[in-house]
Amino acid sequence: MHIMEGYLPLTWCIVWFVISFIIVAFGIYQIKKIVDETPESKALLAVSGAFMFILSSLKLPSVTGSCSHPCGNGLGAALFGPAVTAVLATIVLIFQALLLAHGGLTTLGANIFSMGIVGPFIAWLVYKGCLKANISSTIAIFFAAFLGDLLTYVATSFQLAFAFPAPTFGAALTAFLTIFAVTQVPLAIGEGILTVIIWDRLKAYKPKLLDKLGALAPNEA
Amino acid sequence: MKHKVINMKTSTLIILAVICAIIFIAPLAMYNGHGEDDGYFGGSDDAASEQIEATHFEPWFSSIWEPPSGEIESLLFALQAAIGAIIIGYFFGYWRGQGKEE
Repeated sequence: MHIMEGYLPLTWCIVWFVISFIIVAFGIYQIKKIVDETPESKALLAVSGAFMFILSSLKLPSVTGSCSHPCGNGLGAALFGPAVTAVLATIVLIFQALLLAHGGLTTLGANIFSMGIVGPFIAWLVYKGCLKANISSTIAIFFAAFLGDLLTYVATSFQLAFAFPAPTFGAALTAFLTIFAVTQVPLAIGEGILTVIIWDRLKAYKPKLLDKLGALAPNEA
Repeated sequence: MKHKVINMKTSTLIILAVICAIIFIAPLAMYNGHGEDDGYFGGSDDAASEQIEATHFEPWFSSIWEPPSGEIESLLFALQAAIGAIIIGYFFGYWRGQGKEE
């Protein structure tokens, strides 16, 4: 989902940068608040960020015959919400832009918007929706992670189709969705399963902390 | 307060990990013998960049630093994964050692 350095017209770079900046700033404020209220959650923040670090470094083969990487943004979204996850994604994306020439500084705003905002926002909605419906948090986290990953790539496809609507917006969107979203389906399922495994262990070790953060289903707390 | 958190059996966790491995190994078996030269296993980010170049868009900025070779690139990717793995391993080990939260 990385839009490469320089591959987005300047206007769009600015648009995505401004939107992402506001949400990341809000996320930093939220992190301060969460850490003040529940200092133990620092370790969970570190684990969420670390999970994203690992998953976004793994370029995995897909049944479509091309490679792509998962995002790892569902875990942070379920625990802390999308704005905090946007901050974690920013750290990962800056690391990759500066050291790996993956993504870039000019496209940082756009990449934060897809991987740090749209994906986590959908993941968070799905997660909270499942909990409301009294679905086990382990099942909920699977769908949150699966859709968070997939929608990250759908968001990138929309961003690129907006910037390059050639020959038409619809045709461009189809082309980008074919490249990104279709490849991503099996990877998103894999990411869902990996997140479930991590989640199960978190529930075993830190049930009280998860409950305090409101991350467990009503019948689990 | 009594917690009713239900955890999975170790065997369920192992089965999940195996399913995950199958999902990622299947493409390697399906396209065995194919490679980058005949258009397989390329990155989707690169495919999107080609699609953009087809609209005659000229990238207007390039990365300020790039890994000078594939080896250095894989070194840095491995480093990224290692940083993440150390952090998760550290906390999970610490929590496991602490025993169940009362």
